[in-house]
Amino acid sequence: MDDLDRALVLATQQGLPLVAKPYDLLGEQLGVSGAEIRQRLAAMLQHGEIRRIGAVPNHYAIGYTANGMSVWDVDDAEVDVLGGWVGALPGVSHCYRRPRAPGVWRYNLFAMLHGRNRAEVELQTERLRELLGSACRAHDILYSSAILKKTGLRLARPGGLAPAES
Amino acid sequence: MSESPRGKPVLDAVDRAIIDQMQGDFPLSDQPYAEVAGQLGLSENELLERLQSLLARRILTRFGPMFQVERLGGAFVLAAMQVPESDWERVLQAVNALPQVAHNYRRTHALNMWFVLATETPEGIAAAIAAIESATGLPVFAFPKEREYFVEMKLASRGA
Repeated sequence: MDDLDRALVLATQQGLPLVAKPYDLLGEQLGVSGAEIRQRLAAMLQHGEIRRIGAVPNHYAIGYTANGMSVWDVDDAEVDVLGGWVGALPGVSHCYRRPRAPGVWRYNLFAMLHGRNRAEVELQTERLRELLGSACRAHDILYSSAILKKTGLRLARPGGLAPAES
Repeated sequence: MSESPRGKPVLDAVDRAIIDQMQGDFPLSDQPYAEVAGQLGLSENELLERLQSLLARRILTRFGPMFQVERLGGAFVLAAMQVPESDWERVLQAVNALPQVAHNYRRTHALNMWFVLATETPEGIAAAIAAIESATGLPVFAFPKEREYFVEMKLASRGA
């Protein structure tokens, strides 16, 4: 990441300009050509600094009114293999291993599930439970009952970053 | 799906096609909107207007590059708190006031507030947690991802 990459991150953290030639406009703002902007974005996509360029829908607004964070207490020896399987199931948008918090939180595998209603999410949960089998000691689903904030990151400092996926 | 005051569905078929088509692989061409509009059977102007409207109505929360914060040197950490109902509003305001709090969700659990901290450096996470604990008087539990098995944000739009 050089200064131009950083400037490009800052210039696009609110989003891509909604004009016919967005890359040319960004180039004008940053003092380079539109072709240079496109090249930089292509390189950042290739290196994984940008996951993708596209739209982020509000889950609720597009029909996914039941959004459950399913959480699983899975044998540490098996979680990495099983996590890969869980992530491959349809309806799972994110799947991570996270630490437990002794006395407060026993779950180490997180899988975000999305459905039109809770029955759909519970069906997905049942499939996960079968897949995890005896390696899973306990599980729960935490539904989001309200979005309290969803802004992405807003940093203006040079060298700062930009919003990431939730 | 709810309806707008004029009785028109919030999302029509064109909106749905746009949402389903545009969650990734946006072209890096000279006129990318024209290219996508062509695939959707729309004019470039109609696509731009639709995108503006979807963003203004908060059906899309964003349109643009999605950055992988860790690859850029920053940090992105899930954290949770157990907030007493009687103190909910005060704590919510204190947490949301921090610019490092990127997303915040109320969830059905004893740990009832779950938020994502996004900072420019890994050290920024500890500072943000300390600031929240100090402002609210409540402990923050951090659940940084130790391993990522899958991330795929694309979701097809669906009817009710």
